[in-house]
Amino acid sequence: MSELISDLDGSGLRLRQEDVDARHGILLYLEEVTVSFDGFKAIDNLSLYIGDGELRCIIGPNGAGKTTMMDIITGKTRPDSGRVFFGQTIDLLKLDEPAIARMGIGRKFQRPTVIEPLTVLENLELAMSGAKRMRGLLTSRLSGEERDRIGAVLEKIGLTEHHERLAGILAHGQKQWLEIGMLLMQEPRLLLVDEPVAGMTPAEMDRTAELLRSLAGSHSVVVVEHDMGFVRSIADQVTVLHQGRVLAEGRLEELQIDPMVIEVYLGAGDAYH
Amino acid sequence: MVSRTPFCAGLAGLALMLVALLTSPTLYAADDATLQTTLVQLREADFAEKAALVESLAAQDHPRMATILKALADSRLYYQTDGDRVVIGLNDAAEITIEDAVSGAALGQAGKRDLDRITANNRLRGMIENLLASLGLASADPQQRRLAVEAFLRSPNPVGAERLKAQLAVEPDQKLKELLTVALALADLASEDATVRAKAATAMGGWTPSEIRGPLMQAAAADSDAAVREAAKIALAKTEFRLQMLGWAETLFFGLSLGSVLILAAIGLAVTFGVMGVINMAHGELMMLGAYTTWLVQQWLPVNWSLPVAVPLAFLVAALVGIAIERGIIRFLYGRPLETLLATFGVSLILQQAVRSIFSPLNRSVATPDWMSGTILLGPLEVTLNRLIIVGFCIAVFAALWLALQRTRLGLEVRAVAQNRAMARAMGVRSARVDALTFGLGSGIAGVAGVALSQLTNVGPNLGQSYIVDSFMVVVFGGVGNLWGTLVAGLSLGVANKLLEPWAGAVLAKIVVLVFLILFIQKRPRGLFPQRGRAAEV
Amino acid sequence: MLLPRWLLSDRAGLVLLAVLVILGVGVPVLNLLVPADHPLHLSAYTVTVLGKYLCYALLAVAIDLVWGYMGILSLGHAAFFALGGYCFGMYLMRQIGTRGVYGDPNLPDFMVFLNWTELPWYWSGFGHFGFALLMVMVVPGLLAFVFGWFAFRSRVSGVYLSIITQALTYALMLAFFRNEMGFGGNNGLTDFKEILGYPLHADETRIVLFILSALALAGGYLLCRWLVSTRLGRVLVAIRDSEDRARFLGYRVERVKTLVFTLSAVLAGIAGALYVPQVGIINPGEFAPLNSIEAVIWVAVGGRGTLVGAVAGAVLVNYAKTWLTGALPEIWLFALGGLFVAVTLLLPQGLIGLLRRRREVTS
Repeated sequence: MSELISDLDGSGLRLRQEDVDARHGILLYLEEVTVSFDGFKAIDNLSLYIGDGELRCIIGPNGAGKTTMMDIITGKTRPDSGRVFFGQTIDLLKLDEPAIARMGIGRKFQRPTVIEPLTVLENLELAMSGAKRMRGLLTSRLSGEERDRIGAVLEKIGLTEHHERLAGILAHGQKQWLEIGMLLMQEPRLLLVDEPVAGMTPAEMDRTAELLRSLAGSHSVVVVEHDMGFVRSIADQVTVLHQGRVLAEGRLEELQIDPMVIEVYLGAGDAYH
Repeated sequence: MVSRTPFCAGLAGLALMLVALLTSPTLYAADDATLQTTLVQLREADFAEKAALVESLAAQDHPRMATILKALADSRLYYQTDGDRVVIGLNDAAEITIEDAVSGAALGQAGKRDLDRITANNRLRGMIENLLASLGLASADPQQRRLAVEAFLRSPNPVGAERLKAQLAVEPDQKLKELLTVALALADLASEDATVRAKAATAMGGWTPSEIRGPLMQAAAADSDAAVREAAKIALAKTEFRLQMLGWAETLFFGLSLGSVLILAAIGLAVTFGVMGVINMAHGELMMLGAYTTWLVQQWLPVNWSLPVAVPLAFLVAALVGIAIERGIIRFLYGRPLETLLATFGVSLILQQAVRSIFSPLNRSVATPDWMSGTILLGPLEVTLNRLIIVGFCIAVFAALWLALQRTRLGLEVRAVAQNRAMARAMGVRSARVDALTFGLGSGIAGVAGVALSQLTNVGPNLGQSYIVDSFMVVVFGGVGNLWGTLVAGLSLGVANKLLEPWAGAVLAKIVVLVFLILFIQKRPRGLFPQRGRAAEV
Repeated sequence: MLLPRWLLSDRAGLVLLAVLVILGVGVPVLNLLVPADHPLHLSAYTVTVLGKYLCYALLAVAIDLVWGYMGILSLGHAAFFALGGYCFGMYLMRQIGTRGVYGDPNLPDFMVFLNWTELPWYWSGFGHFGFALLMVMVVPGLLAFVFGWFAFRSRVSGVYLSIITQALTYALMLAFFRNEMGFGGNNGLTDFKEILGYPLHADETRIVLFILSALALAGGYLLCRWLVSTRLGRVLVAIRDSEDRARFLGYRVERVKTLVFTLSAVLAGIAGALYVPQVGIINPGEFAPLNSIEAVIWVAVGGRGTLVGAVAGAVLVNYAKTWLTGALPEIWLFALGGLFVAVTLLLPQGLIGLLRRRREVTS
């Protein structure tokens, strides 16, 4: 019971973010992961490695398993078989969603998911790491240090002037940035970003690309995206998923001339340029 | 049938006696003098002596014997002082029309005062009745012969045993042959010879009627011979086992019948909740409307014809009310399940009060048609007809619904909307119309379920309330959106309830089942047969 | 500053507290000090009815905390209310002593009637006021904790949760109807005589109970208001609006839910415990699913997620109920049913929402 009260946020976990061991340059390991729904293999023997500080784009047609893969990494879906490690030592399959989040994996959903009745500031405060212990939860005041951290993130996502506004009345693009800001408040090592520019104007897209590029290096970022133009503008390394497996991996320019990729994906229609 | 009332058996016995007399009058050796002597003795005899006399009468095989015994049982046998003979009274007036007991010759009328009634007590009457019934052995109708044997089982006697033995030799019906054998064994149990008794006891094993089981138990406990006691014990164990099996079968049947009711109550909900995702708390009240429709129909039509009319009418009434609810309220609340729940609960209160105001708050009694009352033998199991019919009705409703969803255009559209509303609309399905009709379908089935319920429980304003929690549990237990799940869940909950009842009592059984369900849903929130994958993420 | 910031910014809450203070002072004065023939005199009956409303209001606040802020629609909160009521009723039963019909010093009448010879073990201790008070909170709280622990951990949510909370209260109702349970079966617990040695029917006792109800409501309101103003309150809103987001931010959603659900059940239990001595009876009917749903509609009428709305809704609907069931009993269920429909269709934000919108329009 006392553990329950003190650990509304998973801070009672024995493992800490400092324990993440990425000395070999790899932050996330997915090895031979398989998951099926009613006989349909959404992920089929998938292996994928994300380097520390890398910005990786994942593309693939609908139903390729992109969202399911994110579900597995964040603990929402358990695979039927396979291994998922964060760094060398941390087995993500043994942890649940809050624990994985606390280990330093932040996830942005496809649909912008911010808490609409709360202000921008409150949304960021909600996401702040370290504020989630019981004592922290039962106050409504911010310390100076916390104020600074929120200020820095507000600056980064460009919502400083809007911090008093309710998240519900923000423009679509602003909501996407707020959600990325919330991830940043978690101080993650790895960001999983699902279709960040869907429905954005070109100007908003440019800003988002800039934001994500600025995060790479200090964070590993995995972006799932349909928009090839956007992918081209941010990624050095691209992975193509098809029917739950990795079809190809490499630089976008190389992939675009890969006949296999063209056939299953790029050739599927001229919607993709 | 062993459990038939003595009255019925008596009537039947009388009927076949007449048949017997008409078909084979010469079989019986006519010795009028002996008969006359025995009859006159009846006058002075006490009841124990009368019993002995009746037996000897029966053994005489006189053609008039049945008529005389019947008269004695009916207290219509008199001793006429004037003429020292026994007569039969044909009416019960001050001046009684009489005929001669032995010859059957009409003797005109006599005053009550001149006649001395030969009395009979109930024991004697029972004995006579059985003796008469055993005459039916000669009947050509196997059912009548069975009745005769069963009458013998109730009061075995040496005379009857002789007849049974004769019948056994010629009996064509295999089942009846077995019954005859065990009846003879029962008679043998009174034998002087211990080996005969032991053999008889063994032959009686596995027969559950108390007429056979009782003497067997007595033999097991108190027979003078140890071997007979042992044989009787083994035979009894066989009987007990069979009884236990029958008990299980009966529980299973009760469970199936309760399960059918649960399925009927839940299946409409499986459509509205499972397919449409709409929580309709007024579902129980739609059943109530169906039950009241039945009552109304019975006010206009003879009871025997009422149900076939009530079923479609109840469907129509409930479906129309359902469509009104959907068009008037629910369609504004799609995507807000909790609000739907509250609004439809409000509707349920209004419907309840409406029924209370229109029909009075008291329960209405809905009559059961003749063709649904009584019992029927299902193999060795005796079941009430109305429960059996409701099981069948449930299967029919389920099949009809399943076919409607699988084979009709509406069914196709319903399933399409349930799986992907936007896509269905893009394909030209008018989803608003489909919603209304689906809801009407689910509601109509609730009405039909109400007709069935009216045959089982009181029809009152609270009828729906008592089923709503149960039916939701059935749907959730089976897995939302899965008709087969509803079927399996309803049946298993029904059977579980009835299995628990013997040791827990009805209320506690229900509580146990509810608690189990609460725990089960927490273990498997999506029920027995969950939908998996993306579609399940609602 | 005298008042904390979270309270100062809550204007409606301050109005509520002011009303409670006025009631807490005014009702005793009008009942005890104003002579009975004076037109301003409040009868003991009125005091009891008002006290009842306050208990209902506390129940509504408890429901609003879990429904309005955390998005859990409990259709079984009356069960916690009734359990609290039964716990306190057991204390009151034990105070009857030899004054029962059978005059048994130990056993309540219904147990004598059932030929029981001794108190069941679970009745022991309830003769002590303090123990009973503790149980008033522990029993509903424990049930809610265990129930919530299982339900929330297995991610039962939405209408599924609503339905199993309803099944829970339904099962409890069936159980309490059984004589063998040892809670008086059908008739429940009644014929109470005194509380802590004070006669229950005396005006002074009733006034004290009324004041306690007002205090409990004020306390419950303040506790909930404070809670929702903290970061935890924002977590609740996050859970309500996007459970997955809260989880991926690292919050243990099921633990938060379990704790708040338990707290809410404790508040409901306290409301029930105050309710029983004022109405003088508790029976299994209090577990009826209808009661729980009725309480939910109070919250909906007032406006969920506002706390003040819950109080206003509870008082208004119950005032209407008292009036209608007296004047036009046939109409009451029509009115209540209509209210469910009307509020969900036309007033999703409740009366408070209506007031707010009007203020926004005029300003």
